[in-house]
Amino acid sequence: MQQHQYDVIIVGAGGAGMRAALESSTRTRTAVLTKLYPTRSHTGAAQGGMCAALANVEEDNWEWHTFDTVKGGDFLVDQDAAEVMCREAVDAVLDLEKMGLPFNRTAEGKIDQRFFGGHTRNHGEAVVRRSCFAADRTGHMILQTLYQQCIKQNVEFFNEYYVLDLLMTDGKASGVVAYELATGELHVFSAKSVIFASGGFGKVFRTTSNAHTLTGDGMGIVWRKGLPLEDMEFFQFHPTGLAGLGVLLSEAARGEGGILRNADNERFMERYAPTVKDLAPRDMVARAMANEVREGRGCGPDKAYVMLDLTHLEPAHIDAKLPDITEFARTYLGVEPYTEQIPVFPTAHYAMGGIPTNIKGEALANNEDVIPGLYAAGEVACVSVHGANRLGTNSLLDINVFGRRAGIAAAEYAATAEFEELPADPSAYVVELVEGLRNSTGEERIAAIRSDLQATMDLNAQVYRTEGSLKQALIDIEALKLRFANVAVQDKGKRFNTDLLEAVELGFLLDLAEVLVVSALERKESRGGHFREDYDKRDDVNFMRHTMAYREVDADGNETIRLDYKPVVQTRYKPMERKY
Amino acid sequence: MDVKVKILRYNPEVVDEAEWKTYAVTLQPTDRVLDALHKIKWEQDGTLTFRRSCAHGVCGSDAMRINGRNRLACKTLIKDLSPDKEITVEPIKGLPVLKDLVVDMEPFFDAYRSVMPFLVTSGHEPTRERIQSQADRDRFDDTTKCILCAACTTSCPVFWSDGQYFGPQAIVGAHRFIFDSRDEGTEQRLEILNDKEGVWRCRTTFNCTDACPRGIEVTKAIQEVKRALIFRRV
Repeated sequence: MQQHQYDVIIVGAGGAGMRAALESSTRTRTAVLTKLYPTRSHTGAAQGGMCAALANVEEDNWEWHTFDTVKGGDFLVDQDAAEVMCREAVDAVLDLEKMGLPFNRTAEGKIDQRFFGGHTRNHGEAVVRRSCFAADRTGHMILQTLYQQCIKQNVEFFNEYYVLDLLMTDGKASGVVAYELATGELHVFSAKSVIFASGGFGKVFRTTSNAHTLTGDGMGIVWRKGLPLEDMEFFQFHPTGLAGLGVLLSEAARGEGGILRNADNERFMERYAPTVKDLAPRDMVARAMANEVREGRGCGPDKAYVMLDLTHLEPAHIDAKLPDITEFARTYLGVEPYTEQIPVFPTAHYAMGGIPTNIKGEALANNEDVIPGLYAAGEVACVSVHGANRLGTNSLLDINVFGRRAGIAAAEYAATAEFEELPADPSAYVVELVEGLRNSTGEERIAAIRSDLQATMDLNAQVYRTEGSLKQALIDIEALKLRFANVAVQDKGKRFNTDLLEAVELGFLLDLAEVLVVSALERKESRGGHFREDYDKRDDVNFMRHTMAYREVDADGNETIRLDYKPVVQTRYKPMERKY
Repeated sequence: MDVKVKILRYNPEVVDEAEWKTYAVTLQPTDRVLDALHKIKWEQDGTLTFRRSCAHGVCGSDAMRINGRNRLACKTLIKDLSPDKEITVEPIKGLPVLKDLVVDMEPFFDAYRSVMPFLVTSGHEPTRERIQSQADRDRFDDTTKCILCAACTTSCPVFWSDGQYFGPQAIVGAHRFIFDSRDEGTEQRLEILNDKEGVWRCRTTFNCTDACPRGIEVTKAIQEVKRALIFRRV
């Protein structure tokens, strides 16, 4: 076991982690730990853009952006946080440009902007061009640009170091324990501040745009410490995943003029959102698509999907603005988007919930108290700027604004705090976890358990949910947890043991799926990404509140999930019916 | 369809030398090579080791040598590989193999980091964005697409025989900034590439261009850097 000491440890090297590192590494000694290489992070898969009211192509201001974010999130958004994000969005985009990000340009050479779902002028009057973009590879450019800046600043990375435990001393964060994939060696990092920026957990679903590695490790670690997770029932299903595969096709396809059609070739979104049509927020479009399929207007041999139509767009326009996603359609489905419609269906995309934080990025131990030294930013966190449904482009914005804020706050805290004494035998939990799995004599295959988990989640906890479906999911998850206790890890070695890695990841997925389902069962209303067919209206009287889930272990070692609630911060916007 | 996949396996914890192992898997023609590897790992042999993440060709984790050519496993469909014959999979060449299909990426990233792959500017920053015409932006568009997968560098015969050569990717990484109208670090970057292990080692075999899963015209980019060095202007 090796020991290290840093002022600030950042877990995860996607957009949020590297944006935080750029701030904290200039102020204090910082290390970034990632289970991948930084440039493999899933920020790089984001496509369509990053919204900011630059007003480069038409009138816009950050207050309209704030309103759209609050309304898009079905009023579960903490409005103070949304104001911060939308106000700082302008500088966040300009900062990236100054770092070298190659945005598309207007005729005057300014950053170009385009339409995106749910982003409107003057509180819903019409769609507005707010998304700053680099073709359909904006996330790729952000990830590369931030990594390039980290190279310039000599940020210290520990690549392929898998963080498996958070160390706490007297209620404060005091370090992390990491497993080095190349050698199987454990490393204990003592730190004054720990920032989680490790992304989401889309792999609880089968049909997902998420990478194989998005297994909710950061949320899972915090959860096992007895710390809360907020709003875990809210998961976004992106409307346009490649049918059958889930590979993301950016909303920018619709921002550039693409149209969704059913088996009758009807532009069905006109019925669901008469004003903004195909550019309604994602939850509404995803439900509309699923509904078309349920009512028998789906396309294909099994009537299982709808079509994204780009055929009326000029090929040159497609090549300039949507090169990557059209290549995905060609590569994976053999469809030529110039002349053929593309089969699409909703794909699990984004966790609105996560580790609760305040607007400085400080993690919360409960509704009021911060955990000294612990921070979170990006998809792993819940600020909450996305509420019940995130608007497109707001995640790239979130990672930049709150990654930066968390980096500053963590460094400022570290500048005055002392290193806490580490708990006795700090790696004990990880040794037990890792060696328990490595030496298991079980017979259950990791992939079989994971596949069954994903199947029940897709069937029972997706776009449409009922009490019955969620209860079934819960029963299934409990059974899978029992099977997981008997899991087989075939690779017994130390070196690059990805078999072991997948077993650990599956443990986190099972935990988080359960939190999602339990939280969803108790939210007896429909709001944003959480739609209950048995309670199909929003219920502000009873449910205008965040869910706070806690893991509790009784004296006999039995685990239970306790749900508590946290008020929503409302500043200037009163809840209203959500129409588009 | 039933497909045979022959994989070059190597685990220094267990054996001294790499050896081929053949696996039989049932696949759809539209499955990716990554799906085949997953099926083998998940259903037959959990010790099979490879890197992967996004599974749709944007993260750059799973470059490997498939039927003798560098490709991304997640972007290569079974039907495009004449699957009636054995499909061979081995690690990319020229970097130390750590286990099975996993190679040591550090020399590759070292080369990238050595060419100053970041925007260099001087003087006061503007209040708003720097102005750049779309034509100037288009000038370096091709090389912004790089995902650092190493398919190009590890397809280069010069790189195989000379461990000191930067390799095509590092030159692509430099090109992206050399031809960016906002950048002022061109002279320094060109000097780095003028090194005896720099661009002049390129023998224009076009392997790198063929290998690039992002369709970057790598050889052309290298030639542009050579020309910039000769004429000292971009």
